[in-house]
Amino acid sequence: MARNDLQGTLDLLVLKTLSQMGELHGYGIVLHIQRASEELLCVEEGSLYPALHRMEMSGWIRSEWKVTDTNRKAKFYRLTPAGQRELQSAEKSFEQLVKGIRAILRYA
Amino acid sequence: MSVFRRIVNTFTRSKLHQEIDAEIQAHVEMRIVDNIAAGMSPEEARRNALLRFGNRTVMRERMTAMDAATSFDAFWRDLRYAARQLRRSPAFTAAALITLILGIGANIVVFSVLNALVLRPLDVPQPAALYNVVHKTPGNDNQSYPDYVDFKNQNSTFSDMAAYRIENGGLSTRDAAYKCWYYRVSGNYFDMLGVQPAQGRFFHSSDEHGPNSAPYIILSHNFWRWHFDSDPRVIGTTVDINKHPFTVMGVAPAAFHGTELFLWPDFWMPVVNNPDDEGTDFLSWRGSHNLWILGKLNPGVTPLQATDNLNAIARQLARQNPVDEDLSARLVKPGLMADMFGGPARSFLAGIMVLAFLVLLAACANLASLFAARTADRSRELAIRLAIGSSRWNAFRQLLAEAMLISVLGGALGTLFSSVLLNTLTRWQPFPQFPIHVTVTPDPKVYFVALVLSIGSGILCGLIPARQVWATDSAQVMKSGGAGTFLFRRLALRDLLLGVQIALCTLLVTSSFVALRGMQHSLHAPLGFQPQGVLLAETDLHMGGHFGASVTQIRKRMVEEVGRIPGVASVGIIDETPLGTGGSSSLVYREGTTDFRPSNSALGAKFFGISPGYLQAAGTRLLNGRDFTWHDDAKAPKVAIVNELFARSMFGTADSVGRRFVWGDKLPYEIVGVVENGKYDSLTETPWAAIFFPLEQNPNSDTSLMVRSQLPPAEIVPELRRTLAQIDSGLPFVFHTWPEALAFVQFPARIATAALGVMGLLAAMLAVTGVFGMAMYSVSKRMREFGIRVAVGAQPMQLMRSALSRPVILLLSGSVAGLVLGVIAGQLLAQIVYQATPRDPLVLGGVLITMALLGLAATWIPAQRALGVHPARLLREE
Repeated sequence: MARNDLQGTLDLLVLKTLSQMGELHGYGIVLHIQRASEELLCVEEGSLYPALHRMEMSGWIRSEWKVTDTNRKAKFYRLTPAGQRELQSAEKSFEQLVKGIRAILRYA
Repeated sequence: MSVFRRIVNTFTRSKLHQEIDAEIQAHVEMRIVDNIAAGMSPEEARRNALLRFGNRTVMRERMTAMDAATSFDAFWRDLRYAARQLRRSPAFTAAALITLILGIGANIVVFSVLNALVLRPLDVPQPAALYNVVHKTPGNDNQSYPDYVDFKNQNSTFSDMAAYRIENGGLSTRDAAYKCWYYRVSGNYFDMLGVQPAQGRFFHSSDEHGPNSAPYIILSHNFWRWHFDSDPRVIGTTVDINKHPFTVMGVAPAAFHGTELFLWPDFWMPVVNNPDDEGTDFLSWRGSHNLWILGKLNPGVTPLQATDNLNAIARQLARQNPVDEDLSARLVKPGLMADMFGGPARSFLAGIMVLAFLVLLAACANLASLFAARTADRSRELAIRLAIGSSRWNAFRQLLAEAMLISVLGGALGTLFSSVLLNTLTRWQPFPQFPIHVTVTPDPKVYFVALVLSIGSGILCGLIPARQVWATDSAQVMKSGGAGTFLFRRLALRDLLLGVQIALCTLLVTSSFVALRGMQHSLHAPLGFQPQGVLLAETDLHMGGHFGASVTQIRKRMVEEVGRIPGVASVGIIDETPLGTGGSSSLVYREGTTDFRPSNSALGAKFFGISPGYLQAAGTRLLNGRDFTWHDDAKAPKVAIVNELFARSMFGTADSVGRRFVWGDKLPYEIVGVVENGKYDSLTETPWAAIFFPLEQNPNSDTSLMVRSQLPPAEIVPELRRTLAQIDSGLPFVFHTWPEALAFVQFPARIATAALGVMGLLAAMLAVTGVFGMAMYSVSKRMREFGIRVAVGAQPMQLMRSALSRPVILLLSGSVAGLVLGVIAGQLLAQIVYQATPRDPLVLGGVLITMALLGLAATWIPAQRALGVHPARLLREE
């Protein structure tokens, strides 16, 4: 069975966001997830930053200080090749999770 | 994040905090702007932005802690944890540490000696360009002075060439007299080496103007310090050497002790001066080989080119001089008496180094199986740790930290242990009569090797548990209670390691037995004399200023007056003690020879000068004819006593009394007696023909008085000393028993035996711990199985068989392989140790018994444990 937990889901969201948007700062990630999920998902800042930090240490993402469009300094994150691979496996296991949960709901 | 950033972060925790704060601040500000744009009041917008983060401090701490988990903090934590783990299992720790200390310690000791003897060059500028010029045939390294001069003047490949020899003599000042070892060197010696004086000046080739033209000496720094109080006013004063005046010209620097690695001479003098001035000197005699040539290659010239160049000169010289017909040249590294000690010492040490390395490998194999067994024992703990979320990397790091801690600790202790040993070795003076110091203090090279060895072995051992960590499937392990299914596959590699180790141990044990037996043989070998009960009093009469007729007279008085001491059975004199520092040899010709070139000679023979009574005092049996009398003097017809080998090879019969031969001085000698064969240079020599001349027909000032007595040496020496002092109080004597003096020739065999013995002991200890570890492990893994088998009625022997069959089979096959190797290696050993042969029932029996005892010792406790199994208790425990 694939590894599945809530933390994994947050990771998946962040990785997917970065793979779609290229380079993004933490606030941008929050906004993107909110927008893309049509306001269904709201990432908590208190969980996002530790997750970003952990993923950076695992070598999935890389960070850099840059200036935003509004001329403000912020830390931008981007996906690494390792992160790309992680994203693929996370997507696959998420699909399995969804499949499994759906199967159980059908029974009930 | 790069590793570097991580390390920096550890040290700049506050900087990490600042960075996190800045990032969050940026986030909050962007949120505020958006909130205001969405219609909130600035106050509200700010509150909302901050609220979303919750407790910022807690979050920040979580992030820094995460960072520290992979930093040095974690490394220290690993180490501390490893130390705690090791303290909790002292038996394992002790076994691993002892294994490492032995393995690494042995290697450091051997490497240091190798470093001192082979790798370290002479302590002079440009040592790499220096070579001794020796003859092509090994074992004959001395050159004649005229040949040296021709080599030096005619070659085109050396920038300079010096000659030197080492002698001993008496140096006396107004107040004191010393027995000294000194160099006689060509005038350009110091200039060629590029050494500068510490005081005064050195002599140069311009100071030499023919025989006895340069009565100068250069004192060694030590001699100057000990005997002249480091007084610079000694420069220019006169001292007597063998009663001849010499001027002190300078003092050598403290670090310079000549061109031999282990000899520390007292002074240097020009070779043209002969303090033994009487008789023929070798300076003009091309046939007299008694100098070492040391040359410095021109830059860019290879040793091969130089050898070709010298050989061309040698062929030219051979055409011009019949005595040079065999002349040829070969270059060897200087420092060990040219090639005399260099060759054997180097190959012996290389052999020992290989053995030491094998011991280390065995130690590593042992350590690896110890660690593997330990990891297997802890597989359950590991599985639990993995199950509750520890990463494999964390678990692996933990095991690696343990391995590294053990190996660094073992390496440090091993180094400590070996430096204690090496210091003892450095202080050790193997032969009190020679100024020999073996300086084997470890240098940076040695410490580097130690570090590499310990870290290397640590990683090697760490890799074994690594495989296990990666292979661990936590669910599986916890279910089956730790007796993993990999057990047997993994044991295959360890079986092989252990088998090799046992073979190695058997090889070493065999070798040391062979060497020991050889030693024992050599102590009881027929020497051609009976050293037991003989006391030697050695001196050089020139040191007392005796020359010519005075020499004869004083020797005669010595023999007569010492013979009158109560308790003395017999007394005699020989010029060079057999099996001492090596006698001289010369070519012998048949009667009627006129062309004295070497190829016309009948044989080569050792020759000695002896007094009447020597044969009796030494215990040499006279087979035919008579001993000398005091009437066989310089004026009487030339006579000689020869050994049986001489008689047989020259005349085909031992009874050759009355026959004649011609010696190197081209004069005929008549044989008056034949004695038994003996050993003259070394215990392993091929038998030599030997000639004994009456002392007065073969003038020489070296005197070795042999006193045979039933009394213990302590009783006879004071009386002997008093008697000799009455004859000449100024003569320095060295007293020792003949068996003591023989220590010199037994030295190589003793060293070889000791080294092999120590290595054998190390290997045996490692083999015991290896077999023990394996047997113990296999028993402890199968305790539950044994419990069940006992419960259903298994006999003790059946249990034993299944518990110990594997170690015993390994022990047997390893021993057989090792024994075969040992028999092969024994042939090599025969060159160092007298009559060493492995085809000796005592040796073979000894090895088998030793291996059996080792096996018994190693399997005793595991067997007891398997037999003592108590099914009820065991099953309850599980």
